[in-house]
Amino acid sequence: MIEARDLTKLYSGKAAVDHLSFTVRPGRVTGFLGPNGAGKSTTMRLILGLDWPNTGVATINGQRYEELANPLRTVGALLEAKSVHGGRSAANHLLFLAQSQGLPSSRVNEVLDLVGLREVADKRAGTFSLGMSQRLGIAAAMLGDPQVLLLDEPVNGLDPEGVLWIRNLLKYLAGQGRTVLVSSHLMNEMAVTADHLIVIGRGKLIADSATQDVIARSSEQSVRVRTPDAPRLTGLIEAEGGKVSLVAESPMAETGSGAAASGLPASGFLASEITGGPRTLTVTGMPAPRIGELAASASVVLHELSPQLASLEEAFMELTSGSLEFGEHSAPAPAADAAAAAADQGHR
Amino acid sequence: MTAAQPVSPASPVSPPGGLAGAPAGKPAGFGHLLLSEWTKIRSVRSTVWALILFVVVTIGFTVLVTALITSNWNSGGGGQGGHERIIADPAAFLMGAGVGLGQLTICVLGALLITTEYSTGVIRASLLAVPRRTPMLVAKAIVFAGLILVLAEIVCFGSFFAGSAILHSRVPVSLGDPGVARAVFGTGLYLTVLGLLALAVGTLIRHTAGAIATVIGVVLVLPILSGLLPRSWGAHINAYLPQQAGSLISHARQQPADLLSPWQGFGVLCLWTALLLAAGIYLLKRRDA
Repeated sequence: MIEARDLTKLYSGKAAVDHLSFTVRPGRVTGFLGPNGAGKSTTMRLILGLDWPNTGVATINGQRYEELANPLRTVGALLEAKSVHGGRSAANHLLFLAQSQGLPSSRVNEVLDLVGLREVADKRAGTFSLGMSQRLGIAAAMLGDPQVLLLDEPVNGLDPEGVLWIRNLLKYLAGQGRTVLVSSHLMNEMAVTADHLIVIGRGKLIADSATQDVIARSSEQSVRVRTPDAPRLTGLIEAEGGKVSLVAESPMAETGSGAAASGLPASGFLASEITGGPRTLTVTGMPAPRIGELAASASVVLHELSPQLASLEEAFMELTSGSLEFGEHSAPAPAADAAAAAADQGHR
Repeated sequence: MTAAQPVSPASPVSPPGGLAGAPAGKPAGFGHLLLSEWTKIRSVRSTVWALILFVVVTIGFTVLVTALITSNWNSGGGGQGGHERIIADPAAFLMGAGVGLGQLTICVLGALLITTEYSTGVIRASLLAVPRRTPMLVAKAIVFAGLILVLAEIVCFGSFFAGSAILHSRVPVSLGDPGVARAVFGTGLYLTVLGLLALAVGTLIRHTAGAIATVIGVVLVLPILSGLLPRSWGAHINAYLPQQAGSLISHARQQPADLLSPWQGFGVLCLWTALLLAAGIYLLKRRDA
């Protein structure tokens, strides 16, 4: 169990972590989510006693990290930044860590087997690829068979096979009753890995609940409607307080992917400008059955009526839109949107 | 960069017996930390090369300088004053001939020992393993000091025997002469404490280039600067500089001009080193890693 209470960390007067409190429970994978610069790494460093908080305290199983007798036997950590001497072999890196905890040197080969690095154990770590370095980091984290694991962006730079391997390992470890906190800025990765999410932005807690709840609670449900009589339907919906926006008629919209699928309104169209002809609309603030009833009562033909489920990605963007490091409070920064989408694409 | 052969990942799902659990064992003691720091030192190739360089350079230069001076003895190669100094204290000459250069290797190595942890990021792994931090630095200092002491004594006695054999035809000197054994053994102690001073400076400064420049400055430049000060001022400040005071122990006989005895001088060096190490520990504990 990891507990953060009122953690604050200032870097030259600016709060990287801002009165942050949360609890990470054992037996499930907890995703630690936030845009780049949200304070995820800093929070982990505060929990691990590498940085000193300006206020608050972080404990692991009730003890501050520096109070742990043999910390690597209680906590395993993979930091985002490199922490291996390029001139030292993987085996020797693990050996000095094992020795510092009074662990038998046989443990080194066990964790090398676990991550599949046994064959390159005597190679210098400086020659490792990014993926191999990540595996070495995981090996170091697993050295003391810890009950608590903190992994900072563990899938960064891994190929799909490696991503799958990490995902399964994390689930397996959580299934054994361990506490697993894993940070990421990749929403979709967390959606399939984490059972629980802690979302932060600008160092502050934004959400702390089950992954499904985060998606359900924070996203505005929308309904996609296609009708040849858009103006009348729009009038009916707006009369009952629903909001209508026009989806751009583009190849993207026809194929039901891209902007249309994500329910983003086309810029430059207002509901009042909607004219005749078949149009695809996005309706928010009204459930699909009610839209159907309204259409039926006024004999408006519908070609399509489909509730749109927001992805975790959208939920996340909505949650953090006010908290992007360089974004604006009022509106989600399009650049950040694009960047996140690009990162997501890259991930796929 | 030649990447090692990519490794096929272990089976995607169930991790093998590696997770069966590490043996409970006893809590690690300070002995384990010493072992851990020893592994760190011996497992980096550059450290091993620096140590070999130290041995070769120090003994090599002692032999070279002594041989040159001995063979040019009558042609006035060393100058009249040089000869007088050698005759007055041949042990001090032998202990200065190669150590003057060899000590720089120790200074660089002492600083690198901690600054490379910062530059490579190993410091994070080290501090995760030893979050109270001080025991890590103390263990590192003890292991380094022990290693340097053994090597430095071998180097000093080796330099003495090789050098005195060459010098014998001009100025006979033996280990049994008054103060000589202390001077030779003491030079090994001096090198060891100098290494610790460099480690302390490295801990304070954390950056390799800055730390090495500072240590070299303390050893080579400060004595020159203090020599530019007005007479008695300069002499007093000079006498208490870490390197100047510490190297007094390599003199078999105290010269009339020396303000400190050999052991007093060594004590001054130890004091400097202790102060810098204390400052290093204080900052290591306080600073973010």
